[in-house]
Amino acid sequence: MLSIKNLHAKIEDNQILNGLNLEVRPGEVHAIMGPNGSGKSTLASVLAGREEFEVTDGTVDYLGKNLLELDPEERAREGIFLAFQYPVEIPGVSTINFMKTAVNQVREARGQEPLDAVSFLGVMKEKMKLVEIDQSLLNRSLNEGFSGGEKKRNEIFQMAMLEPKLAILDETDSGLDIDALRIVANGVNKLRNKNNSIIVVTHYQRLLEYIVPDFVHVLYKGKIVKSGTKELALELEAKGYDWIKDEVALA
Amino acid sequence: MSKDNQVLEEITSKEYEHGWTSNIEMESAPKGLNEDIVRFISAKKNEPDWLLEWRLKAYRHWTTMKEPKWPNVTYPEINYQDVIYYAAPKQKAKPKSLEEVDPELLKTFEKLGISLTEQKRLTGIAVDAVLDSVSVATTFKEKLGELGIIFCSFSEAVQEHPELVKKYLGSVVPMNDNYFAALNSAVFSDGSFCYIPKGVRCPMELSTYFRINAANTGQFERTLIVADEGSYVSYLEGCTAPQRDENQLHAAVVEIYAMKDAHVKYSTVQNWYPGDKDGKGGIYNFVTKRALCAGNHSKVSWTQVETGSSITWKYPSCILKGDYSSGEFYSVAVTNNYQQADTGTKMIHIGKHTKSRIVSKGISAGRSQNSYRGQVHVLKRAESARNFSQCDSLLMGDQCGAHTFPYIDVENNSAKVEHEATTSKIGEDQIFYCLQRGIDEESAVALIVNGYAKEVLNQLPMEFAVEAQKLLALTLEGSVG
Repeated sequence: MLSIKNLHAKIEDNQILNGLNLEVRPGEVHAIMGPNGSGKSTLASVLAGREEFEVTDGTVDYLGKNLLELDPEERAREGIFLAFQYPVEIPGVSTINFMKTAVNQVREARGQEPLDAVSFLGVMKEKMKLVEIDQSLLNRSLNEGFSGGEKKRNEIFQMAMLEPKLAILDETDSGLDIDALRIVANGVNKLRNKNNSIIVVTHYQRLLEYIVPDFVHVLYKGKIVKSGTKELALELEAKGYDWIKDEVALA
Repeated sequence: MSKDNQVLEEITSKEYEHGWTSNIEMESAPKGLNEDIVRFISAKKNEPDWLLEWRLKAYRHWTTMKEPKWPNVTYPEINYQDVIYYAAPKQKAKPKSLEEVDPELLKTFEKLGISLTEQKRLTGIAVDAVLDSVSVATTFKEKLGELGIIFCSFSEAVQEHPELVKKYLGSVVPMNDNYFAALNSAVFSDGSFCYIPKGVRCPMELSTYFRINAANTGQFERTLIVADEGSYVSYLEGCTAPQRDENQLHAAVVEIYAMKDAHVKYSTVQNWYPGDKDGKGGIYNFVTKRALCAGNHSKVSWTQVETGSSITWKYPSCILKGDYSSGEFYSVAVTNNYQQADTGTKMIHIGKHTKSRIVSKGISAGRSQNSYRGQVHVLKRAESARNFSQCDSLLMGDQCGAHTFPYIDVENNSAKVEHEATTSKIGEDQIFYCLQRGIDEESAVALIVNGYAKEVLNQLPMEFAVEAQKLLALTLEGSVG
């Protein structure tokens, strides 16, 4: 699915990723953890194609394609989805309207017929149940005046609508109370299958109790310095990140 | 929802799509302006003496006036002697029905997407079509006539309903009101006239389409709408012009007279040729639009979507004379490339408990300049007047300008006046968010801009709203990145 080799990236003059390697196979869920400023969100942005970040070295292969050559919208159409840490507000544009535009542009790019209003609403109703989201929220201006929980739920709703092959959840747990966290995580779990992959970027182990990862990686100073299974997350929760930093310093 | 989608699907061409001309035989006056030209126009129209006198008075007054220099726009001096003030499609006799109208003319309107016949019957819009200076066809006259509604060209109204024209012409915009209104009063050649009788709710949208076709020709049309007590009408105005290298002058006047309990909704989608991307050519759009809410509880709403013209100078206004009368102004003004717009409104509160609401959304892109200029004036006797104004500006790129000139004069302490203003840029974050969902950049901009302008677009009748959304997207194509 995704093969990242020796990835280096910077924003302005700050080198943030310093030789990151990661292999993600279909059906796998990978958690990326790490202290603040380690490069977690940068990785998510680079994969999604944010222009401010400049890749200075390394390769990213996605389903046999050179991901770094694709424009952001092409990546999206190829099945990459980023659930934003801070979802953006677009006043006057309802989520429904926004999603209809997105779904149909993605379908067009894949050579599929656009969905008419009726079939779109059908699909939408089905996906709404998955993430326990209310239609009144989807009728409102995208993310405008949404609570933190509503924004994140809306992100997962969009993920459900777009059915990505590779979803990147960037700190989706931040700002959520425990109920909202559970709903969001349940939504993600229902979307999980053997053909798609998920990268969960998170600061805390909490989310991983709900979205159980196959692998956990610790990102520090722009590199993955430790990988393990879900037990690693528990260890991090118990001991903090300092012992990892010490290990790196010793090595 | 499907509206937006249609918009997105239909964005294909990047050029002004109404830039063609028609080969219609024209009859025109010689270039230049003097009393003889005014007499020529009046004679062509077979007008009564009082109207000729009115025109001459306006002309004489105009010669003493100076072109206003206060708008925030710049353009080379206009040589008013270099303009043709009258051009009309040649027709042997006045057509009695649509079948007799020059097929070339009808084709012109078909091209504009205005079928004067069947289509409009289905959609239920009565159309008065004005090509250059002359109204060429008005539909649905008979059906409207059954309700006592008069909807016809201005020239026809002068012949058929002189008493109404005489009574209301200039009653809202006096002939000497301002430079361009005086010019219009002297040389206006046609336009639309509409009268809605007491208690009648006009069952369909009334619409005027203006088209400038001939070269070097100014267009000076005049619209007069009189809404009698308790009546209602929704009126639409659309306009396009060919692509020409020289600038063309358009100085129109719209007057609305609303009596007690009358409600008039006036919507405009202005799409005159804006000039090319280097600022060459385009229409100078110097227009006076004003409504008089004469009777108690009368209401007038202006909605405008301004995307065209190289220069726009336009302030649709309401004089709230009747007690409890209300005025609304909803505007989206988009400028791109080298376009300049100085537009807004005036709300003059005279009656007690009068209300006004102003929602202005400016969008500037390219090297354009976009100004909102608005006045809220509460006079002494306007007890308990209320106004709410919201003026938002959206900037695209860093070479355009947005300006706001609000004037608030309150002479009565019981007035409540609110003014809100915001300036924002289309955020890269917003665009990236759209891109990440698979939406291309042009569509993303269209989506964001239409969302921004939604409050105004919602005021438009459905079909016009679709057209307006498409226009917004087209006007801004290529302005990002």
